[in-house]
Parts: sequence; C-alpha cells; structure tokens
Amino acid sequence: MWGDWHQLWVIISAPDNIPIVAMLVLVPFFTWYAFHNALANDRLIAQLEADPQLARTHHRTTYPYNSRWERELHTNPFLMRKELLAAVIVTIILMIWALTLNAPLEEPANASVTMNPAKAPWYFLGLQEMLEYFDPWIAGVIIPTLIIVGLMAIPFIDANPLGNGYYTYKQRRHAVWTYLIGFEAIWLVLVSIGTFIRGPGFMWYWPTQTWDPDRIEFNVNQNLDQVFHVDGTWLAHLLPSSWQSSAPLIAKGLFGIIPMVVYGVLAALFIHWICMRTEYSRKIYRKMSLLQTVTLYVFLITMLFLPVTIFLRLVFRIKYIWETPWFSI
Amino acid sequence: MADESGENGRKTGLLDTLKEKSQELGETVKVKAREQAEELKKPQETQLYRAIFRIKHNDEPRNRALSTLNNLFFHIHPAKVNRDATRYSYTWGMGGITFYLFIVLVFTGVLLMFYYHPTKVQAFRDILYLENDVPFGRLLRNMHRWAAHLMVMAVWLHMFRVYMSGSYKRPREFNWCIGVLLMVLTLLLSFTGYLLPDDQLGFWAVTVGTNMARATPLLGSQGPFGPQLGMTSYNDVRFGLLGGSIVDANALLRAYIWHCIAIPLIASVFMGVHFWRVRKDGGISGPSPVMLESEAKV
Repeated sequence: MWGDWHQLWVIISAPDNIPIVAMLVLVPFFTWYAFHNALANDRLIAQLEADPQLARTHHRTTYPYNSRWERELHTNPFLMRKELLAAVIVTIILMIWALTLNAPLEEPANASVTMNPAKAPWYFLGLQEMLEYFDPWIAGVIIPTLIIVGLMAIPFIDANPLGNGYYTYKQRRHAVWTYLIGFEAIWLVLVSIGTFIRGPGFMWYWPTQTWDPDRIEFNVNQNLDQVFHVDGTWLAHLLPSSWQSSAPLIAKGLFGIIPMVVYGVLAALFIHWICMRTEYSRKIYRKMSLLQTVTLYVFLITMLFLPVTIFLRLVFRIKYIWETPWFSI
Repeated sequence: MADESGENGRKTGLLDTLKEKSQELGETVKVKAREQAEELKKPQETQLYRAIFRIKHNDEPRNRALSTLNNLFFHIHPAKVNRDATRYSYTWGMGGITFYLFIVLVFTGVLLMFYYHPTKVQAFRDILYLENDVPFGRLLRNMHRWAAHLMVMAVWLHMFRVYMSGSYKRPREFNWCIGVLLMVLTLLLSFTGYLLPDDQLGFWAVTVGTNMARATPLLGSQGPFGPQLGMTSYNDVRFGLLGGSIVDANALLRAYIWHCIAIPLIASVFMGVHFWRVRKDGGISGPSPVMLESEAKV
C-alpha cells in the first residue's frame, strides 16, 4: 500500500532512528558550513594570487585581524569558557533528549522468535545493507577492513601540500570530492537505505509504503553470466573429456573476469583523467611514489565499485558480476 | 574560689571573675573572628586555597598560564592558543564534545553497573527494575543510550571537520590513524552495549553482526578456506567472540566485559596518545594562514 504516512512516521520517530534522522540534517548543515568557510578562503586565495604585493603583507586568514592584537590568547579563560559552554549545551541537549524519549526495550531475548526486520544499530546499517549486494565475508570482513585501512592511508596518499589547516575547496578538489562521495554519497546513503527503506525480510519498501511481514519477493536477480547466456557449451568443445562436467563453472569463472577487468580499466582511466586535468594536479601526481599511486588507485577503484554494484543490482537486477565456486562479487 | 584579700580590699566573687574573663575572651574572639572573616573575603590568601591551587587567581599573565599548566586536568591544553583556534567555526567543537560525551558515558555507565548483573536470569529484569523502580533509573539509562548515539555522531562530524580542514596532513598523519582507530573503538563500544539489555533488539542485532564473523576468511567456519583449516562453529572466530556457538549467557558476559572494561581501557590509552600527539604535533592544526599554489613545494 502506498501513501502510508503513518508507516513513515513510525520509522522516523523510532527512538533508535533519531540519530540518523539528526545526521540527515547535521551532515548537510556541516557540509554547507565547511564549504562556506572553504569558499571564503578560496576567494582570499584568488585575491592574493592576483596581487603578489598583498600576498606578502596579508595576514592570510578570513578572520578579523589587527596587527596590535596578540597572536595568541590565554587558554584560561578564552578557550576553556568555550569548552565549558559546549559542555553545557551538550548536557542540555542530552537531558532534554533523555527526558522526552525513552531508550527502546523490546521483549526479552528469544532465540526462537526472529525479529523482523532484524536490524543492526543505525551506524552499522551501511554494512548490513552491503550484505544485500556481497557475500558475507566481503561485506562483513573485507569491506570494513578496507574502509579502516583506506581511511588510515589517506594522509599517506594525499600528496597535496596545500590546504593544511584551513578549509579550501579549490586547492583540494579531489580530496574533498573523495570524502563527499565516500562518506555522504555512499556510507550515509547506505545507512539511510538500511534505516528508512529496508522493511520486513530486509526487503525494499519505498517511503510511505506499508511494511508487510507476509510479502513475498520473487527472486528475479540473475548473474551477469546468465544475462549473456554463458553456460559452457561452447567451452566444452575445447576441453578434454574429463573436464567436460566442470565446463559451465570454468566458463562462468572466466567470463566474470571480463567485466571486472573492463570495470577496473575504465575506472582507472576515469581516475587518471581526473588526476591529469590541471597543471597543478599533474605536478602532484607525478611527484607521488609508485606505492602511493597504486594504493590510491586500488582504493578509489574499490570505493567506486560499491555504487556501481548497487546500481547494477537495483536497476538491472544483476546478482553477481563474477561468480566462482570460492567467492562471488 | 573567691580571692578574699583583693588589693583594695575589694572582694571579687567567683561569678565576677568568670564574667570578666569571659568578657575579655569574648572581646578577643570577636576581634580575631572579625579579622579572620575579613581574610575570608580573600579566599585566595588562605592556606587551604594555596595548598590546593598553588597559584593566585588573578589577571597576571604568569598566573593565567600557570592555572592551565599547574592543573592535572587542564594541562592537556597549552598555556596559550592561536586566537582563531578558539573559534567554533573552525573546530566545530566536535573533538571536545566527543571526549565530554565519553566522560558522561563513563559516569552514567558506572552508575548503571550498580544495578546490572550480566546474567541471563537477571539482565533483562535489571533493566525493568532500572526503568520502573530505581530513582531516576530511566533517566540514567536514557542518558547513557543517547549519549552513546551522540558520541558516534560527534566522532563522525569530528572526522569530517578534520578532513575538510586538511588537518590530517603532515605532521599529523599518525594522529589521524589513531583517530580512525578511536572511531572504530567508539562503534565497538556502542555495539557491545547493544546486547546488554538482553532484549530482542540487542539479541538479533548481535546475532546478525556476529553471523558475519562466521564468514571471516581463514578464521570463520563459513569463510573462504575456513573449513579447509578445520574451522567449525565450535572453534572459529565467532565462537571466540560469543564464548559459544549461539548468543547466550557467555556472549552476554563477554559483551559486558568488553563494554565495561576492555574497550574503555583500550580507548582511554588511545585517547591519551591522541591528545598527547595533538600537542606534540604543534597543537591544533589551524586556522593556519592560507598557502598559495606558487608557494607549494611540489
């Protein structure tokens, strides 16, 4: 049933979903705020670049400046009072939240009554959503590991010395876009899908569609090899007779490599094209070591693979791109 | 006893002597009390104040600096900071808020521990008891729950700020890595707490979560190359996490110990390193003066 606004309200007002609802407001706000600061700095940078004389004498921040002011302030009280204020505000928010909304408590744990939908806490719903698209060992182990390692690798593969300690967009376009795509367009979107879209059976329910625990979904997904009717009959003619029976498996496995390689090459070319667009970025990327470049490409190609897979699944109903007896992607 | 042979033959009775003496004493006490009350108007001159704070509380630059440096809790700060670094517009205050929420969580968490037994028989009843009978118990539990969510939010926003201001760049690369680990620990802290009420919500969330561990390559009974290495449901990494093959009493106890002891300890150590490195890497990253493309050493 459509137009079920009550259903939507039930989802949004669930106490444990409040954080992600809040994040949907806070993250756009802070994105705007970061850009607000960044663009102000960018205007200053443009001004200084146009006027070398000014660049020599300017204090180089967008904050109010007076040469008679002391460069540094005493921590006590100028920083501490702000920390105190922040603590007081957080305490007030927390108290109001705790007084008005109760922490959820369901029935006692019961292994014989399955919760439907059984959902992880909101901050892990991105990973749970990933389970829909990938094998558990990829979604639950490989992807989290790659996220953690990838985040830790950022300072070592970002060779751009500009934008250290001030907001800027123009000087760090690639870095800014990478984070916006990774954090907002992928991670937060997946968390939101897991929170607002996934209903009973972790099935897809559009907003205002009623959750129906009895809904049955026909499995219409098929592997990419099925789309192309790869069944190994052609390969069977080439193989020795003792291998005949495994011809479909081998054919599928070999076929799957093709789209993966095509994707990898296309993504690499796309990244390369972006990296080489301006004179400055060409300089930076040439300066990077081989290890840095390879790491950067591997992580970016992997990161962009997620939205591609999700798009193929949701729009074209492709289950796996590459299926082998050991793993499927 | 009366003194019968007073100098002028005056007889002084015991009562009179007492009266006189007490008047004298009263006068002295009054003077002293007034003097000392006067001193109390300057509490900083008292021995007690000096013993505790060691320095005067006044506007002298030296004492202002010492008030930060001489205090165990404040000395994570430098005595002086870049005047623009105190702006919310640069830091959003998110790192500090995260730490504050951690303190709130430790405080409310310890109070909750007074009422909670990590056993299958009692855990759920303890929550009911907390919610319905313990004075302010419901508020306590709510605060703990929402502070945990707020902390996850604050950590993500802090990370976002650090990224957008380029603060992970040299010399702060290592501290960014510590920060990533702290974020993971924050998520794990929150997740291990999820099971503790022993209700359906936590039970199934943890079941879903730990089922993924089954699929760990090499170490999981259903992961790639797991079975070949002899992994079963009774010896794989999931078994280690749960202390059993299903989410049951041992899992509750393990979640409790991870949640209340192990992860807070580990996180505290990392926090110590994180704050220490902020100082060692030259204090908070900015707002530093903008650099021009022509000045970049590429």
